[in-house]
Amino acid sequence: MPAKPTTTASSTPLSVALVAAAVGVVGLLIVVPLASVFYEAFARGTKAWWEALAHDPDTRHAIWLSLTVAPVAVAINTVFGVAAAWLVARFRFPGRSLLISFFDVPFSVSPVVAGLALVLIFGRQGLLGPTLAWLDWKIIFSWPGLVLATTFVTLPLVVRELIPVMESIGPEEEMAAVSLGASGWQVFWHVTLPNIRWALLHGIVLANARAMGEFGAVYVVSGHIAGATDTMPLRVEKLFQEYRQPASMAVASVLAGLALITLVAKFVIERRLEAESRELEAARSLADSLDHNNVEGAVA
Amino acid sequence: MSIHVREITKSFGSYRALDSVSLDVPDGTLLALLGPSGSGKTTLLRIIAGLEFPDEGLIEEDGEDITERHARQREVGFVFQHYALFRHMSVFENIAFGLRVRKTPNDEVRRRVEELLHLVRLEGLGGRKPSQLSGGQRQRVALARALAIRPKILLLDEPFGALDAKVRVELRQWLRRLHDEIGMTSVFVTHDQEEAFELADRVVVMNHGKIEQNGTPDDVFDHPATPFVMDFLGNVNVYHGRVENGRAFWHGIPIDYPEYPHAQAREARVYLRPHELELSPPTAVANRLGTSLPASVLRVSRAGAITRVACQPHGSDQELHVDIPTETARHLQINLEPGAHVAITPRRARVFIPGPEYVI
Repeated sequence: MPAKPTTTASSTPLSVALVAAAVGVVGLLIVVPLASVFYEAFARGTKAWWEALAHDPDTRHAIWLSLTVAPVAVAINTVFGVAAAWLVARFRFPGRSLLISFFDVPFSVSPVVAGLALVLIFGRQGLLGPTLAWLDWKIIFSWPGLVLATTFVTLPLVVRELIPVMESIGPEEEMAAVSLGASGWQVFWHVTLPNIRWALLHGIVLANARAMGEFGAVYVVSGHIAGATDTMPLRVEKLFQEYRQPASMAVASVLAGLALITLVAKFVIERRLEAESRELEAARSLADSLDHNNVEGAVA
Repeated sequence: MSIHVREITKSFGSYRALDSVSLDVPDGTLLALLGPSGSGKTTLLRIIAGLEFPDEGLIEEDGEDITERHARQREVGFVFQHYALFRHMSVFENIAFGLRVRKTPNDEVRRRVEELLHLVRLEGLGGRKPSQLSGGQRQRVALARALAIRPKILLLDEPFGALDAKVRVELRQWLRRLHDEIGMTSVFVTHDQEEAFELADRVVVMNHGKIEQNGTPDDVFDHPATPFVMDFLGNVNVYHGRVENGRAFWHGIPIDYPEYPHAQAREARVYLRPHELELSPPTAVANRLGTSLPASVLRVSRAGAITRVACQPHGSDQELHVDIPTETARHLQINLEPGAHVAITPRRARVFIPGPEYVI
């Protein structure tokens, strides 16, 4: 893997050593382990891999559960993220920066703690326990709890992605749409959303990857019930604990495959994002330089 | 449609952007809000558009109170400073936007957009994206988009600010012709006095959230109401002198000022525009009469049809700027070069007695 030539490119011994070290670390920590997951998963052939996934009802259920929990969590996140980013990017109000730092709490809190916090609130002995029991709503140890925990840990991903983009685009196109008679929804669908679509997609892809792979918070709220509340990562762990390594690796390979798809999607989206921000910047700097000239012209 | 602004006040936090501003825009007028940045001109424009709401005061259209009416219902065309074109839509869709949100039938949309593309001379460019247009073209798309909804009022925020000089002048003349054709009440904001004077029927000069002067371009230029207007309208020589018995003194030269007939001398500022000063060869007679000021030439620069001369009056360290037509300078029987002696005669001057504390 040769180093990409840069303006100061010269193959000094130091740069060669640094590149070698970087390649070594990436290889040892990422490429080799990932490859070995796939190797182990397919060691007995594709048929065995497929059977490990499809013929075990608990594994089937885990895949199904992950495929339902993650999209719901991501959908909640998307709605919340767009609304919150819009609020923060378009309005100035007391407590605004505090609110922005609160968006980051899920990143700084250990997922296990987040899961425990949810149990403390929604569990049978929890704050809302009696109310939920009276309503006969089950949250902890069931599907809604999984969604809650997953939503919590992925909360910052969409909103964090959108705030800088919305701030750099500015409110003027939206105001123009309003002055042309558009309603709030029309402004959102026809102006705001198309402008933030790549950033939004980026956030969604990241949130989805995180949601699929979430272990800690989900572990606590799920109760780890096979065939009921086990998601894919939990299933991987359980199979591994039960010395069923091939089956465990098969499920793991699905997760790893999802990661690779995410990586490609992320790469494609990031290129679009960069292209758009370059365009925006070019338009801005052109306008600014002309503005500057005008001011000078007016003074002279 | 006429617009009446009644004692509008608007603050952003502790910053007072508009301070009890009243303004009438008669039907069919093209009015310029002229002022430096931070003077409140853009805030006033946005309040008229319904994009901002005043803390106090009223906005009326043809006598109807529309203060509380949202921008969406005001039927106002607004052209933003950096155009704010919808970047992901084609030129056609940009112009069509206001019609589409009104659920206009497709063929009518197409007809109206084609008509507007013709009006702004962008036929055949409907399929382009805003990023594929030049600044002047974007400006015209923004204008077409604002006009598509057949607004009753057209508002433009620094409409030519982001264009280069040549395009700016062309577009300005074009906009003036367009206004004469359509006859729509229009208000535009600018910090460029040339733009305001060339384009507008009325010029409103603003400073610190207040209106300093409101009048026709000739009015404002020839009879600036305040020192600020005088200063803002460009290059001016300021002299701190005194006034007494109906006369102000500029470097010892008397200037009639009947507004102050009192014997008690007061401080006064005398403003002279460079083009309102005359140069002549220094003659003993003129000096003795005290009607012209002996000075030495410091610098001379020729800017096309105008020659700018920087002079220093004898016995003063002040610099005076004199603009004379280059043609006149040529026949002036003085060798205009640094060190040359000249006599400066004011053709016209304005006297302001500073301070609102002025009480007789």
